[in-house]
Order: sequence, then C-alpha cells, then structure tokens
Amino acid sequence: MSAVTDAGRSPARFRASLTGLSSVAITLFGLVLVTFLIGRAMPIDPILAIVGDHAPPDVVAKVRADLALDQPLFVQFWIYVVHLVHGDLGRSVMTQNLVTADIAHFFPATLELATTAIIIAIVIGVPLGVIAAARQGSRFDHVVRVVSLAGQSVPIFVLGLLCLLVFYVKLGVAPGTGQQDVLYEGMVPDVTGMRVLDAALDADWDAFWDALAHLVQPALVLAYFSLSIITRMTRAFMLEALAGEYIVAARAKGLSPARILWRHAFGNIMVPLITVIALAYAGLLEGAVLTETVFSWPGLGLYLTGSLLNADMNAVLGATLVVGMVYVGLNLLADLAYRLLDPRVR
Amino acid sequence: MQVVVRNLRIAFPSPQGPTEAVRGVSFALGQEKLGIVGESGSGKSLTARSILRLLPRQAQVSAETIEFDGIDVLKANETRMRAIRGKRAGLIMQDPKFSLNPVMTAGQQIAEAWHAHRGGSRKEAKDAAVELLAQVQIRDPKRVADMYPHELSGGMGQRAMIAMMLAPDPELLIADEPTSALDATVQAEILRLIEDLVSRRGMGLILISHDLPLVSHFCDRVLVMYAGRVVEEARAGELARAKHPYTRGLLDCLPSLVQPKPRLAVMRRDPAWLGT
Amino acid sequence: MTPPMSLTREWLLTDAPESRRQAGLGRLYRGWLQFRRNYLAMAGLVAAVFLIIVSLLAPVLSPYDPSAQDLTNRFGPVSAAHWFGTDEVGRDLLTRLLYGGRVTLGMVVAIMVLVAPVGLLVGTVAGYAGGVADRILMRITDVFLAFPRLILALAFVAALRPGITSAIIAIALTAWPPYARLARAETLTIRNADFIAAVRLTGASATRIVMRHIAPLCVSSLIVRVTLDMSGIILTAAGLGFLGMGAQPPMPEWGTMIATTRGQILDAWWVPTIPGVAIFVASLAFNLLGDGLRDVLDPKQG
Repeated sequence: MSAVTDAGRSPARFRASLTGLSSVAITLFGLVLVTFLIGRAMPIDPILAIVGDHAPPDVVAKVRADLALDQPLFVQFWIYVVHLVHGDLGRSVMTQNLVTADIAHFFPATLELATTAIIIAIVIGVPLGVIAAARQGSRFDHVVRVVSLAGQSVPIFVLGLLCLLVFYVKLGVAPGTGQQDVLYEGMVPDVTGMRVLDAALDADWDAFWDALAHLVQPALVLAYFSLSIITRMTRAFMLEALAGEYIVAARAKGLSPARILWRHAFGNIMVPLITVIALAYAGLLEGAVLTETVFSWPGLGLYLTGSLLNADMNAVLGATLVVGMVYVGLNLLADLAYRLLDPRVR
Repeated sequence: MQVVVRNLRIAFPSPQGPTEAVRGVSFALGQEKLGIVGESGSGKSLTARSILRLLPRQAQVSAETIEFDGIDVLKANETRMRAIRGKRAGLIMQDPKFSLNPVMTAGQQIAEAWHAHRGGSRKEAKDAAVELLAQVQIRDPKRVADMYPHELSGGMGQRAMIAMMLAPDPELLIADEPTSALDATVQAEILRLIEDLVSRRGMGLILISHDLPLVSHFCDRVLVMYAGRVVEEARAGELARAKHPYTRGLLDCLPSLVQPKPRLAVMRRDPAWLGT
Repeated sequence: MTPPMSLTREWLLTDAPESRRQAGLGRLYRGWLQFRRNYLAMAGLVAAVFLIIVSLLAPVLSPYDPSAQDLTNRFGPVSAAHWFGTDEVGRDLLTRLLYGGRVTLGMVVAIMVLVAPVGLLVGTVAGYAGGVADRILMRITDVFLAFPRLILALAFVAALRPGITSAIIAIALTAWPPYARLARAETLTIRNADFIAAVRLTGASATRIVMRHIAPLCVSSLIVRVTLDMSGIILTAAGLGFLGMGAQPPMPEWGTMIATTRGQILDAWWVPTIPGVAIFVASLAFNLLGDGLRDVLDPKQG
C-alpha cells in the first residue's frame, strides 16, 4: 500500500488539498472526454438507431442537425459537456426515458446491494485478518489464507450460479432471483429505491423479510471477493505492525495480549485499512454488474448490460459516467480519510 | 531483587540449521548497575531481553537457570511473565521514534503503563503521566503529554520512554542502547537522568551499549560480550587492568586527548576468541 | 576461469562469481531455490504451466472437432465418449474446454504483451523526465485508473463491436495504468542513485539511460505485478464473455460458454459449471504463482 504522505503545516496542506482537488477535476474531465469519445467511436450510425433503416433522407438530415452530428468534434464535445452540467445525459433509446431518470431509478438497488456487501466484508474480513495475523502459521491462519486466496480467484458469476443451484434449487433454503417474490412486487411504495428499507419504512413486515431474504444471496456472493481482499490486506498490515519495536515495548509494559493486538497494532493500521475498504467498495461496483446479471437484481449493472445488448449508447455512456464519477468520489474520500485520520500527516 | 542467569543459550533457525546467537552466558545481578558491552551481533540485547522473555518467536531459548527474584522465568507461563513485565522490570529501547506507538500520544502511553499496574481512574493516570514527564525533566509536561512521538525530539522521546517504563515503579530497568540514537550532547543528559532515577528509587539497572567508556563511567560492573559469549567481567574501576585480549583491544582503540598516540590502534580479531 | 561445461550447483552458488553471467545465473538459481520451498507457489506454477501446455496442445489433445455438433446428444452427461459431457448443441465439452483455454489464456497473454511494455515505457519516461511531461502522463494515467476496469471495458466493447479483438483492446486500455504508476515509482527511486549520475557523466543519452539502466531494474516488480494481475484479467475477460461482450459464440471461450448454457444449470449443471471451475483454477494458479514470485523478488511489498 502507499506510504504515509509527508507531514505538512497548514498553508502547505491547504495547497496540497487544492492540487488534490484540481487533479480530481482533471480526472473527471478526462472521464467525460473518454466517455464522449467512446460514444463517437461507434461504427453504428446513431441516427439509424433512432430513426431506423428506412427513414427518408430529409428526416435523417433533420435528426442529424438536431443531434449536432454535422458539427466538428469539439463543438459536439462542448454541447455534450453543457448538457452534462445541466444533468442531461440524453434519452435512452430502449426505455424512452431520460437516462438520468433511469439511473436514478436503478441506482439505489445497486447501492443497497453494494453497501450490504461491504458491511459483510468488513464485519467478517477485518477480525479474520487480525486473528490470522495474531496466530500466524497456525491452522487457522492457513485456512484463512486459503479461503481468501480462493475468494480472489473465484469468478463471481460462477459463484452466483452455483449458489442459486445449491441453495435455491437443490436445498430450497434461499429464494430465487430478483429483489422480491413476484407476490410482493409493487406492494411496497418506492421511497428510497432500496426495497428492504422501503418495506421497513412502510412497516410491511412480510415484504420486509422477503426482500431481506432475496438480498442475502447476492450480497454474500458479491461480498466474497471484497472480503478476501480485506482479509488479506488486514492480515498483511497487522503482520507488519506486529513486527514493530513499539509492540515489544508494549509487551515489556506487561499489557494483555488483547490490548496489544487491538489498541496498539490494529490502532496503527486503521488508517490504511480505511483506504483499502474505500477502494474495495469502489471495486464492488464492478462486481455488482456481474452479480446483478446472475440474480436479475434490478440495479445499475443490469441496466448497463441491458443497454449494452441493445446498443443503447446514451444509456451505456450515462451509466459508465455515473459509475466512473462514484469511483472517483470514493477514491477521493479514501485519500481524504488518510490525510485527516493519520496523526503523522496532520 | 536478584537476577540469576546461568548458561543461557539462544539459537535461531536458519536454512543451514540453528545458529547460536548467545552461547552459554552466565551472570547475576542485584540492586546494582551492570553494564553489558559488545559490538553488533554479540548477543547483548538478546541476553537482556531473555530475562523478560521478550525474544522474537523463532528464538530457541535454553538455560540452566533464568531467575527473576526467585521466579523461574524459563518455566513461567505468560500470565506470570506479564506480572513481572512492567510492574517489576522495565525495558527502554534504542529509538523512541520506533519504540513509541506512533498513533498514541506520549501521555496516553505513559498513562496506559501506569493504569495497567496501579489501577485508578483515567484522570489519575493522566495526571500521573504529566507528573512523570516532569520527573524526567521535561519542561512543559502538560503540552508534551498531548504530543505524538513523531513530534518529539530524540531526547524528549527517550525521556518519555523512561517515564513510561518507570510509571509502574519497577525494581529493575533494562536499558538497551538508550542513547545510541541520540546526539552526543543529549546522550550524557539521558544517562545522568537514568542514573539519578535508578539510584533514587533503589532499582537495579542493566545498561547495554557498544560504548565501553560510557558504560564504565555509569555502571558498577561491566560484562564484555563477543560472539555470544562473555569474555570479560570486571568492576568498572578495574577495567583498565582487563585481561581478555578483546577488551584490551577495545581499550587500546580508544583515541585519547590526554595521551595522544602517533597512530590509532586497530582491533585485530583472533578466531580463538570465538571459542569452540 | 572459464565456466565449466555443466552448471553445477557449486558454480551457481559461489560467493565470488567471476562473470556477469555467472552472477546473474547464480541469482536466478538462488531465487528458484527459495521459490521451490513454497508449496503453494509451486502448485501455482505447475497448474499454470499445465494449463498453458494443454491449451497450446488443444488440437492434439482434443478427441473431437470443437465445432462438431451433434444435436441428438445435447447436454449429454459425463460418459466414456464425452469425458465432460456435451453442450447445448452436442459439442464435446472437453474439446470446447481445451480450445476455450486457448481463447481465454490467449486473450490474457495478448493483453499482457500490450500492457506491460506500454506501462513500463510511460512510467519510466514520466519518472525520469519529470516536470511537465511527468504531469501530463500521470494525468492520463489517472484518468484511466479512475475507471472501474470492467465497466470501461464494457463501454469500449459496446462502442467498437463485441468480439475478442475489442475485448482485448478494451481490457488493455484499462489495465495499463497500474504498471505505469509502478514503473514511475521505481524510476523515481532509482533516478537519484549515484550510478545513474555516473552513467550520465559518461555522456549517455536519456534514452539509453532509461532503456538500459532504469527499465531493467523495474522489471522484477513488474513481473510480479503482471502475474498477479493475470488472475484478475482472466476474471475480467471471462466476465466480459459472460456478459456477451467478449468472444462471441460459436467461438469457445470459458465465459461465453457459461453464458450460453446458463439456463441449463438445473438439468445439466456440469455444462456451465465446468468452464467456471476452469476459470477458477486458472485464476488461482496465477495468484499463487504471483504470490510466490513476490516473496522471492519483492519481499518487502504486501
């Protein structure tokens, strides 16, 4: 992991934050540019996608003028940016809705899934890593290492399919795909878009338990990869921390092993660990695309793949841009957390 | 309080089989100041740390006796050792930048040492920490207590370390090269401080160093170690009449302003010193 | 002393090598000895080599033609004739698996061949040149680093045309930034070393310094990273195939094979599962191999 950044006094730190923010701005700009260029790189004529193959030439010309496709590239880019700033990502060819509306509709489900997954990953992964490091070389340590190694190598979609096969079909302990049983579809008012939360807010406990049951499998499958990374990194950080001289000093003070492990060693790794967790959360967005496909979870990932199959470029690019921005945001958060929390950097 | 060590052997596993770092060291210590002198790799740190069983995991320790005030250190379980560590014996290490926890303030670490062995409330521990910082001659103890180790100078950090180890009021202090990471001017101050505190509290002291004149100045007795063995044991005042060629070599190598030599002597190592 | 005809163990492990070649070979041998002690890493090496060999020899080893359909035997079970059964149009699964290995592993190798040199070049140039060039290159790197890999690859593939070439280009475009970062970090450390100053004093051009002196030193950590990354890229490539954006049917590719037979998970569960296991084994093998290499080449990291 990255080393601790240099300490700095206030004015230097302010300047550093400023350059940090400007670099984020440049990154975002690059993101928009790349997304725009991808959109224009399509070999398929976007006009034909809208008006069909048999449209008369004057209709085609009108649409081309409307979309400003006859303008030079940088003018098109400028128009694109202006639309972006106003929150207009175009219209989805498939659903005929505004892409922003579609994304707003589908994003919360992904948020629900990803957040549940990261919580599982942290709650299980961090203690596993700490204890594995404390008992380095033991059977427990080996088991943890093997399991987390496997977790980093397993293709998520295969795991998802297998879980469905075993737990849903063969054993019947878990519900099937989707966010809820067909029975409950449409019964819970859409407040946050997160079905479990909405059901709780509506006090519809039947729907709540059903939604929760549907959430468990995809969340666990999605969590496995991040869990593995978090466990491995926690273990690695802890081993490094436990080799420090201050641990010997803590032992010399006669402190209990639990206190040494958690207050001293773990206390030292919390900051880089937060960075790892933030990045893992960002990585979950990728995993979500595959998991949602397997479990038919109505989130951004499913929207993205659906749009891909229909060559709905506005939707694809809009979703890519949104995910990219969330990714950048999370990276920024991770960096900020590091700067704010490490006393050596303050 | 008596420390007795007889025929201590410490080995580490290696691809070529276990290598012995300490090869049959014996000594005893009461309420006095014992210095252990040796170069890097002589095994002096390991010897001292074995009294508190603070060696790395892979170390293989064996001895006829390691006793701390009658307690068999070799056979004691971890709980018994924890009762000795801190409360009855403390350890000061070389570089406070590494031996102090970077994410806790100096005051928190000292208070922790106090609280672990004396109980009491958090406030009492905090006040005690400030008081201890004053005892180690830090001028603004309240402010320093809230500072992090990386904000302290070498001398201040080492003083904080001393305060931390003296907080539980132990009977023995092991100082493992306490001044090697400090500037020359600060070195003498820190050692005088250690000497003063140890005398006033009636503690035993094991001072480990590679600096022979320094150790002979501050200690009652001196052990000279070479390649895992004790090659010389003498009272500090009698060092000039040392017998072992290694000790003589060390003494001869010292440049002197009082008796300048035309050519500085160089240590010539005799493989016979390695023993069998 | 001229090197003996046989590379004896003693010659390799000597403390006083007499030629650069002897020292280099000695270092390799020592590294190999250390690597060999790590069971998991050896397992990874064996598995990876096995997969590569088996994929290369697919035409020789396969009992059937990968496109030979037999609609009378769709989703056939494991049998003597078909060791892994048959797929949705009756093609032998073992054959498809072997050829699929060629596709998947071939994609990954192609990506690595593109990505590692580009990343190395960008990183060393940025690190050595410094100043404006460094900042510009790093900005470009940051932009591509800011995208989640799979998502950007999806967008690219969608724009170009789903297929192997697009998938390779798309993944490559997102995979190169970490190597540039790594190479740059290493270059920054090495650049101020005395021997670089010495080489510069002898009049070496910047190109020569970067190519002959700095880049070779970055290679070992790059190799570790490449091997570890390969496991992730196998997953990404298969993921693209699963989403229908990678290799297109009827071309065998492990991810695509799972996508087309996904619906049969209930009745013929082995048909989608076995390629999944193959992906897992491949990814695991490179993970283990990369871990082992890291322990030997770069022990301080991680």
